[in-house]
Amino acid sequence: MPSPRRSSEPDMDTGWASATEIAAAVTAGRVSATAVVEDALARITARDPVLNSFTDVLAERARARAAEVDAGKTKGPLAGVPFAVKNLFDVKGLPTRAGSKINRELGASAHDQPLIERLEAAGAVLVGALNMGEYAYDFTGENVHDGNAHNPHDATRMTGGSSSGSGGAVAGGLVPLSLGSDTNGSIRVPSSFCGLFGLKPTYGRLTRARSFPFVASLDHLGPLARSTRDLALAYDAMQGPDAEDPVCADRPVEPVMPALTRGVDGLRIAVASGYFRKGAFPEACVAIDRVAAALRANTEIEIPEAARARAAAYVITASEGASLHLDRLRARAGDFDPAVRDRLIAGAMIPAPMVTAAQKFRRWYRTEVLKLFEKVDAILAPATPCTAPAIGQQTFVLDGVELPVRPNIGIYTQPISFIGLPVVAVPMVPMPPMPIAIQVIAAPWREDVALRIAYALEQAGVCAAPRPAL
Amino acid sequence: MPDHLDAYIDAAAQALGIPVQPEWKPAVRANLDVTFRLAAAVGDKELPDDAEPAPVFRA
Repeated sequence: MPSPRRSSEPDMDTGWASATEIAAAVTAGRVSATAVVEDALARITARDPVLNSFTDVLAERARARAAEVDAGKTKGPLAGVPFAVKNLFDVKGLPTRAGSKINRELGASAHDQPLIERLEAAGAVLVGALNMGEYAYDFTGENVHDGNAHNPHDATRMTGGSSSGSGGAVAGGLVPLSLGSDTNGSIRVPSSFCGLFGLKPTYGRLTRARSFPFVASLDHLGPLARSTRDLALAYDAMQGPDAEDPVCADRPVEPVMPALTRGVDGLRIAVASGYFRKGAFPEACVAIDRVAAALRANTEIEIPEAARARAAAYVITASEGASLHLDRLRARAGDFDPAVRDRLIAGAMIPAPMVTAAQKFRRWYRTEVLKLFEKVDAILAPATPCTAPAIGQQTFVLDGVELPVRPNIGIYTQPISFIGLPVVAVPMVPMPPMPIAIQVIAAPWREDVALRIAYALEQAGVCAAPRPAL
Repeated sequence: MPDHLDAYIDAAAQALGIPVQPEWKPAVRANLDVTFRLAAAVGDKELPDDAEPAPVFRA
């Protein structure tokens, strides 16, 4: 066993090493989990005053856990890998603040969220909880209570949200792996703005038990990492049914790792046209074109009524989100982030027929989009219309119309999560001045297809997580 | 609806018991205006009366 006091493996750059590399080194005894975790804690201390990605650092817990890994009590595919979670995941001993002021008055959680338990059972080490937009109603990474998260590639720019710290912590090299949530794009937007790989699995694939909800019929949890292999490693460790989440599907674990390197031969891949080109900034169009060329995806496909799907997702989100928070709006409206409060109050006032119409449309749209997957295995679309705006920027111009930034960053992610399709966000290289990602979208329960394509793009040198100059 | 939004917001706030401060109203109004426009776009899609809604969603 390596000495816990020994510094990291001399030739291992733990600040940018992948989860896969760390776990292999820890398992082989070339480095201790303790040394890896100490390195992560030191980086958090050094860099997070600028990035503001962590809201809670769990140094004592992480050290104790790492010592257990080093003592051989836990062995697994993620041995010694430090990770952190958006602060809407229950973490034993912490109130689940969900980016809010109000929730931090809740009592300490009695248990960890099950995905934390599953990652730790595979040898990973939780080092903290991460900043997020209040109650996950956010695409920017701005938060009046905990301060804004800052993009590691340019601290004056947004990380994207609402899994803001989940993006900043991994892109900034603080940890190789984080967990976030995605209701309308909150994993894919930070992946795009921070230059990361992010997996939003099929709705119902990963348990959401013991996480603070936002929109029950749209909420997903998933990982962010700096490589496809790391996403797959974490995803395989987290799969499986959970009776505690009624939405979590009763499906066996379907490991993706064995198929990851199978390549893309035989896969039918098309590029989303129409809505997904309209409004895209040149950098988003370039990204799509480069990925399509690398995959020889010469076919364009129209996702029917995508604009209406986005509109319906918007309405359902506002209404369900407001229903969740109605009592808090009545009693504590002044304690919300104003940008969130005003949207939730408006959401509470949406007449029920509008919400029912959106749900009826949702069923129709799901049926129509699933027909596309009889003809193709995957669809490519931009993740965001642009690279990260400046923190505080209020508007941008999409398709010639000046629109508010906050609700419109997710125009390309919302029509996809609306019907629960699995998506991998893949970041482009070389990046424009700031990172940008595209979405690789697959049929329900075919995360393996999206991950295979992402891995092939990474191997071809078309996609990678760019390292910031920190 | 937009012409009547201010009155609607006042009435809805009272009915729902949400204390909307005067300085919050412009932003609430702007959000509600966008939401109603998007909801109208959804409503413009013709679907049969027996189209099944998806309140319990499955991927």
